Amino acid sequence: MAQTGTTGDKVFRTVLFITAAIIVVIMAAMIFMMVWNSLPTIKTFGLNFLIGREWKPAESVFGALPFIYGTIVSSVIALIISVPLSLGIAIFLVEQAPKKIATPIAFMVELLAAIPSVVYGLWGIFVLAPFVRDYLGVFLEKYLGWLPLFQGRLTGIGMLTGGIILALMITPIITAVVRDILEVVPTQQREAALALGATKWETTQIVLGNAASGIAGAVILGLGRALGETMAVTMVIGNSPQISASLFEPAYTIASVLAANFAEATDELYLSALIEIGLVLFLVTFVVNAFAKLLVSRVGKRMHA
Amino acid sequence: MTTITAACAVFAIAVLLIILSYIAVRGLSSISLQFLIDTPKPVGEGGGIGNAILGSVMMTLLACVIGLPIGIGAGVYLAEFGENLFGKTVRFLADTLIGVPSIIIGIFIYTLIVLPMGRQSGLAGGLALAIIMIPIVARTTEEMIRLVPNSMREGALALGAPQWRVTWNIVLPAASTGIATGAMLAIARISGETAPLLFTALNSRFYNYFYDQPMASLTVQIFNYATGPFDVEHKMAWAATLILITLILAINILVRFLTRKRF
Repeated sequence: MAQTGTTGDKVFRTVLFITAAIIVVIMAAMIFMMVWNSLPTIKTFGLNFLIGREWKPAESVFGALPFIYGTIVSSVIALIISVPLSLGIAIFLVEQAPKKIATPIAFMVELLAAIPSVVYGLWGIFVLAPFVRDYLGVFLEKYLGWLPLFQGRLTGIGMLTGGIILALMITPIITAVVRDILEVVPTQQREAALALGATKWETTQIVLGNAASGIAGAVILGLGRALGETMAVTMVIGNSPQISASLFEPAYTIASVLAANFAEATDELYLSALIEIGLVLFLVTFVVNAFAKLLVSRVGKRMHA
Repeated sequence: MTTITAACAVFAIAVLLIILSYIAVRGLSSISLQFLIDTPKPVGEGGGIGNAILGSVMMTLLACVIGLPIGIGAGVYLAEFGENLFGKTVRFLADTLIGVPSIIIGIFIYTLIVLPMGRQSGLAGGLALAIIMIPIVARTTEEMIRLVPNSMREGALALGAPQWRVTWNIVLPAASTGIATGAMLAIARISGETAPLLFTALNSRFYNYFYDQPMASLTVQIFNYATGPFDVEHKMAWAATLILITLILAINILVRFLTRKRF
């Protein structure tokens, strides 16, 4: 066996190296193929592609602004709902609930993340959208109807429903990361605060303050997920390329325009336009995720140091 | 304050239970054996998801055959030899790839496989799923292998075993349960993926046993039924969802059970 050692080691290590290198090749190929295939529209429209408000494939007019707008607004709605909710759950699980209750609850929240996007979409169409149309939307119109946000025709299918579905989908993700971060905050910090006479809630506030940058990372990670979520949003947001102040109106996100139109895009410029907005989404999620990772890992390191 | 945070937790669990109970009630009322075997038929003539189930199984299988060896290999590399610039780069790219929206993976495979081949295929769908799987499996494998105590490696090395024997015969078996659970979670994840299949595998109305043809899948079928105009279609969407969600929850609960026993 000893003789086979050096050759065996070399072969083994080379095989493993190749498998690891495949990940690098996939990423490189992905970036190359997307840039290459979006060159026709990059050359034709340049930056106007990103700021154009008209999207008329039949006339070869491609402006991606409605999709960028829809993606940002739906993700912001998702964050507004999901951040307090996730923080509440994470604080409850780590700081307040006894372990016996916390473990099964944590598992059930994790299960929310296991439900596929298309299933959220199905539920969204037949349960959430009617609820928004008949109850939530009516309520918002009645009490906040003076805001342009909550005016217009209320069908249940639109930006608001899309944002709510996204919120439900990113809540387990933000919760999980915040939980991990709160768990690495040393117990001594809590003990010290309590010993100084702080109440339990004041102690939690101190813990949150110390974990702030990591929590920000968790939120940004959730944002990254919301930006790229496809199926559920496609099914409830209404798929209409318009920029409207009303959250009741249908909208379009980058991911949903891809899902709804890619298979039908036959002419070269149309396909190129779709791939270019895909590229935009790819680059944005890349930056957002990298930034979030940086924030989260810094907290881990600081707490252990 | 505890009341508010507890209410948040209760709300999340309520959402989970509401979603699951809708699937259970609506799904159970329209499921039948015939539904599980039949192919889609024109509205009003019944029809089922037999070919979609077969397509999902075939594409998931292909994704596993490609994705598991590469993912596990990369994970072992990262854990055992990954403390250099290359290892750090791979780790960073794997994390990035996990964060890439799955529809982008669909576009990538479309430009790489579908355009040159001239048609959508089960091969393209399976490859897209494999790409989603690889980084997930790689990172969980790495974590699981790092949990194997160094004393085991040192013990084997001290007995004169070469490095590859140590990894292959000592470290991998010790981490096998962990790696298997990681693989199972990855399978659960890809079996729910829709977006990367929409324009790679497309869909098919027939039983299709060949990877070079467009292939139906459970998730794309759910999407089509859910967005269709007829009530019969919606019923079939719920029934198909019941099958999908049962599988995914079963995997998640099994993994939970396996990991609790071990760690």
